[in-house]
Amino acid sequence: MFYRENGQFKTSYKADQQAFAIPQDRWAIVAIVAFAFIGVPLLVDEYMFRAILVPFLILSLAALGVNILVGYCGQITLGAGASMAVGAYASYNFLIRVDGMPALAAILLGGLMAAAAGIVFGAPSLRVRGLYLAVATLAAQFFWDWAFLRIKWFTNNSSSGSVSVADINLLGWTINTPTDKYLFCLGILVAFSVMAKNLLRGNMGRQWMAIRDMDVAATVIGIRPMYAKLTAFAVSSFYLGVAGALWGMVNLGSWEPAAFSIDRSLQLLFMVIIGGMGAISGSFFGAAFIVILPIFLNQMLPLVGTLFGLDVSTALVSHVEFIIFGSLIVFFLIVEPHGIARLWATGREKLRLWPFPH
Amino acid sequence: MKLRKLAVAASIAVMGLSAAALSTPAFAQAKGKAAATSGQEQFFPLLVYRTGAYAPNGVPWANGFLDYLKLTNARGGVNGVKMIWEECETGYATDRGVECYERLKGKHGGATAVQPLSTGITFALTEKAPVDKVPVVTAGYGRSESQDGSVFGWNFPLIGTYWMGADVLVQHIAKKEGGFDKLKGKKITLVYHDSPYGKEPIALLQERAKMHGFDLSLLPVAHPGVEQKATWLQIRQNKPDYVFLWGWGVMNSTSLKEAQATGYPREKMYGIWWAGAEPDVKDVGDGAKGYSALAMQHGAEPNSKVVKEILEKLHAKGQGTGPKEEVGQVLYMRGLISSMLSVEGVRKAQERYGKGKRITGEQMRWGLENLDLDQKALDGMGLGGVMRPVKTSCLDHMGSAWARIHTWDGKKWNFSSDWYQGDEKVLRPMVIATAGKYAEEKKIVRRTADDCKK
Repeated sequence: MFYRENGQFKTSYKADQQAFAIPQDRWAIVAIVAFAFIGVPLLVDEYMFRAILVPFLILSLAALGVNILVGYCGQITLGAGASMAVGAYASYNFLIRVDGMPALAAILLGGLMAAAAGIVFGAPSLRVRGLYLAVATLAAQFFWDWAFLRIKWFTNNSSSGSVSVADINLLGWTINTPTDKYLFCLGILVAFSVMAKNLLRGNMGRQWMAIRDMDVAATVIGIRPMYAKLTAFAVSSFYLGVAGALWGMVNLGSWEPAAFSIDRSLQLLFMVIIGGMGAISGSFFGAAFIVILPIFLNQMLPLVGTLFGLDVSTALVSHVEFIIFGSLIVFFLIVEPHGIARLWATGREKLRLWPFPH
Repeated sequence: MKLRKLAVAASIAVMGLSAAALSTPAFAQAKGKAAATSGQEQFFPLLVYRTGAYAPNGVPWANGFLDYLKLTNARGGVNGVKMIWEECETGYATDRGVECYERLKGKHGGATAVQPLSTGITFALTEKAPVDKVPVVTAGYGRSESQDGSVFGWNFPLIGTYWMGADVLVQHIAKKEGGFDKLKGKKITLVYHDSPYGKEPIALLQERAKMHGFDLSLLPVAHPGVEQKATWLQIRQNKPDYVFLWGWGVMNSTSLKEAQATGYPREKMYGIWWAGAEPDVKDVGDGAKGYSALAMQHGAEPNSKVVKEILEKLHAKGQGTGPKEEVGQVLYMRGLISSMLSVEGVRKAQERYGKGKRITGEQMRWGLENLDLDQKALDGMGLGGVMRPVKTSCLDHMGSAWARIHTWDGKKWNFSSDWYQGDEKVLRPMVIATAGKYAEEKKIVRRTADDCKK
C-alpha cells in the first residue's frame, strides 16, 4: 500500500540511474541518516554511544570494506584485521612523526597505507582462488601481527607494544565527548557508504561483480582480472584501514596489536556472511548482529532470570549467551544463507504487494 | 514457503529485540540514578571473569574480592555505609571489559573505583578514567609507569607493579649467586605471555641486564599459552641459568609441564605473582616441586585472622562466595586484599569528606592517594603478618614495594625468602621517564603539589 511503484514513471536517464530509484527508498534513507545525525544524539545516553553505537559504526565501516572484497568481488579474505591494524598503526605514526598533521589526513593516509599493503597481499589472488586464497590472505594477518608486535619503530619504542594518542582534532573541533565521537564516525561512515554505493554501481563495481560471477567469462568480455582484483583489494583495504584508524584513535584511544587479531578478521567475515554478501545494507545488519546481540543477551538474561525468581550467576549468563548466539548464527545460515539483507529484501518484495498479494 | 515465513518472523523478532536492547541500559541507568539519591551505599562495579581460558585464575580472585565486601558489610560497613556491587563478565576480553565498565559506571550513583584484573582492560580504562573520574585500582598489575600519580592521576597500581616484581626477582637471584657482580655473563630467559601484561617487565629486565651484564633472551608465548613446544626447545638448546615465567592461566601449568618434559630444573624457574597460585601448580603436582614464584606480600594464608573471620561470619552461614576450601588460597587472598584497599580508600576519603557519607569517584581518588595503613590498622583488619604497611602519596600511587618469594613443595606454597624491596634507584627514573613520554603523547600537564592537595 505504502510501497507501490505504480505510477512512478521515469522520464529521463538521470532519474532512472539514481542511486535509489524508488522515492520511498530515497526518503527512507534520508530520514534514517537525518535521524542518526539529529535524533540519536538527543535520545541516547553515554553508555549507548561509547559501548554500542561507536563500535557499531566503526565495525560497519570495516564490514563494508570486507563486503566489497568478499561480497562483490568474490575474493575471500582472512586478513581483514591486518588491514585494520595497518591503518591504525600507519595513521598513528603519521600523527606523531609529522608535526602539525591533521587527524583526518592521518586517518586517510593510514587508509592509503592499508590499501598499498592490501595490493601486495592481494597479489596471490591472481593465481589462487577460494579456500586457497583465504589461506594466502592469512599470511597478511600473521605478518602484520608479527610486525606490530616485534618491530619497535612502528610502536614508537613503547615498552609494552601498546600505543596511545591524544584526543583528535578536526579543524578546531576536538573530538572528545561520546557525542562528538559518534558524529565523527557517523560522518565518515555516511561519506564512505555513499562512495561505496556509487563505486559499486559504476564501471569498477561491475567489473568486480563480473569477476565474482565467473572470472573466465569476465576475461572474455574484456575485463582485466589483475586490474579488477587488485582494485578490489585496494579499495577494500582502504576502507578497512580507515576503520582500523578510527577503532584505534576514536574508540579505544590506546591499543595493542591484539585489538586487530585473527579473531577480528573472522568476526568481520562472519558479519558479512550473516549480514548478506553483496549488499551494502548487509554490512550494517551483520555488524549490528555481531556487536549488539551478545551485549543484549548479556543484559537480558539476568532480567529474564529474575522474572522467574532465579538468581542467575555471571558465569551462567555468559555460557547461555554463547549458546543462544551460536544457535542464532546456525539458524540464520540454515534458514537464509544469503544473510539478513536478503530477508530484508524479501520483506520489501512482500511489502510491494501488500495488502493484496497474488 | 514455511521456512521463508519463519525467517521473516525471526528477523522481525530480532529487530524488536535489538530495539529493546537499546532501551534496556538507558532504563537500567535511570533506575540506578534514582536509587542513588535516596541510598547511602557505596557502589563497586566488579569486572570479573568466571568463564573462558583464564577462569581458573579469575574465579578465586573474584570470590575473594566479593567476600571482603560482604565481610565489610557484616562488620557494619564503613562508618555505617554499606557496600553494594554488581558483577559483569569480561571473559578477559578488552572490548567486553570496556562495555562492562561503561554499563556499570553510572549505576547506583556512580562507581567508586574499578578493578579490571586485566592489563589490556586497564590500558583501555586508563583513557576513560580521567574523563569519568573513576579511579582504576590495579593491585599488582596494569602499567608500571602509572605509579607516577602526577601523570596517571587516576591509576593506582597499589602494592606492586611488574617492574618492581621483576626487580625483586633479579635481586633474589643476585643474592643466591652471591652478589650483583656474579650475574655477569649469566643467561636469563623470560618466557612471557605475548600481551601488554607479559611485555611489561621487559623494559626493566633490559635495564638491569645493562647494569649487571647478564644475557637476557625473550621468548613470547601466544595466547592462551597451551602451545609452548618450540619455546622449551629453545630453552633446552640455550640452557639458561634462570627462567622467569610471566604467564597467566593455563599458560603457567603448561610451562611447568614442558619444563618437566624437557628436564629443565624447576628450582631455576621463577614466576611473577600471577604465576604463583594453586591453579598454576595443582595439576602438575610433584612436577612443579621446587618451582618458586613471587608473593605479592601475601602467599596462601589459610591461617590468617581475616580468613577465619570470613569462614565464621560468611561461609558458616552459607553466605560465602565460592567453595569454602578455596578461602585463603593465593588468588583468593589477592582478590581480598584488592578489595580491602578499595574499602580502605573509602574509609580514608570519609575522614575528609564526612564520616558515614557516600564517597564519589573523585573523593575516592583522594582517599586512595592518602592511604596510610600502618601495622595497627592491618592487625585490626586481621591482615597482620599477611602484608606490610602501605602508604601512598600523590606522586607514588604504589604505596609499598615489598615482596617475597614462595616455593611449591608439591602440596602447598611455603615462603622461601626474606622480604625484598624494589630498588627505587632503578625504578623511579624509569617510571618518571616513561610516564613523561606518555604525558607528552597525550598532551597531559603534570599535576603540581598544589593540584595534589585538592
